[in-house]
Order: sequence, then structure tokens, then C-alpha cells
Amino acid sequence: MLGLLGVLVLIAIGFFFGRINEARHFARLDVREAELAYITMTNTKQIPDGMSASLFVNGNVVISIDYFKRIGAALRGLVGGRMGTYTTLVERARREAIVRMKTEAEANGMTHIANLRLETASVFKNAKTDIGSIEVFAYGTALK
Amino acid sequence: MRNIELTNLETLPGRTIVKHLGMVQGNTVRAKHVGRDIMAGLKNIVGGELTGYTELLSESREESVSRMIEEASALGANAILNVRFSTSSVSAGASELYVYGTAVIVS
Repeated sequence: MLGLLGVLVLIAIGFFFGRINEARHFARLDVREAELAYITMTNTKQIPDGMSASLFVNGNVVISIDYFKRIGAALRGLVGGRMGTYTTLVERARREAIVRMKTEAEANGMTHIANLRLETASVFKNAKTDIGSIEVFAYGTALK
Repeated sequence: MRNIELTNLETLPGRTIVKHLGMVQGNTVRAKHVGRDIMAGLKNIVGGELTGYTELLSESREESVSRMIEEASALGANAILNVRFSTSSVSAGASELYVYGTAVIVS
């Protein structure tokens, strides 16, 4: 009985704080992305005309899902279908990694990023205390 | 250690490749540690970034890169082209970070 109560409390905490965290994170991402929009990105290896210097840039982030969504995803796993909860998790991670990479490019006065690569890894997956987290690593060559 | 330029393109803007020196690589396997794990466990309830893990992985990647750079400078290279990363979880609780590229001399 006490155990069940504990789980319910965790779900409630996860629901409220997870939601607030996610909304704040998305708001932060929107602002940063708008500020960094002048740095163009491509995933081709072509160097645009007039570029004279290059710098290898990267950004990474490990993001974890909240308890409420984890339970929700576990239930969804029974019936199959689109897992909305994990969709936003990877979206947040990917956007954050790109923003960090672009921030590094911005600090060095770069205006373009060529050959952008994104790598998604589920880190430390097989560990006993498995936590629903993923890592996204973005890298590319910044040019100016 | 001499200054080595990294890029994941096949050329450097405004430079020409004088000599190819072959593939260079660096790797490191890191395990997470308990302290970080406890914090991550708490964070796992509310969701959000696991800063400890972000740092751990980014440090490990830097270490791989510096190993690759050491190898390249031993060959006398001044640039590494077409750098790629790869991450895999080798065993429970440990990740391997691997980086590789082509060492070259550019003018």
C-alpha cells in the first residue's frame, strides 16, 4: 500500500515538474534558436564561396525523461503506436545539442556550419539502474 | 603538441593537401560513477538534463580527440580531415567514445 502511494507521489511530481521543465526548456530553445538563426547549416560537405577559416564545433546533451512520462510510455509499449512522450524528449535533446554547437560557432565569429552530423545514443543502456535518458551529440565544421 | 586543425569536411578552405598520412584514431571507455548516478536518479523523477552525464561524455570525447591528435602529430600532420565520432555502449554502465579521421599535411 505504502509502495503504491510512493509510486503515485512520484508520478504526480513527475507530471507537474516535468511539464514545467519541458515548457521552460522549449521556451529557452525558441529564444536561442531565433538568436542563432543567422548561422546557416547544411549537411553537405560543400564550402560556400568566400569562406576563409574553419573550426570544428560540437555540442552534446544528455536528457532524461520524467517519471510520469516513463510510466505513460511503458503503458503505450503494451499497445504500440506513436510514443509522443519520447518524441518530445529526443526533439529537446536534438535542438539543445544544435544550439550548443551553434553557440560555440557564435563565440568564434563563424557564420556557417557545413557537414552537420547528429548522433543519438542511448548511453549506459544496459546498466542495472537503467534510466530513460538519451544523449544527442551534434558536430560540424564552422566556417567564416 | 603542435597545432592541428580538425574538420569533418574533406578540405580546409583556402588550403591544399600536400600529403596524406593515413587514418588516425582515438578511443576511450568510460564508466559512470555512483555519485553522478544518484543525482541522475533524482533528476530522473522530474526529467531534464543530466548535467553530470553530459560533462562525463563531453570530457571522454575530448580525451579521445586528444589521443587522435597525439597520433597525428607523431606522424607529422598539421590537420585531420573527415573526422567522425561514434558512441557505443560496450558493457553495462560503460560507454565507448571513438573518433577517427585522416591525417594530412596541408600547405
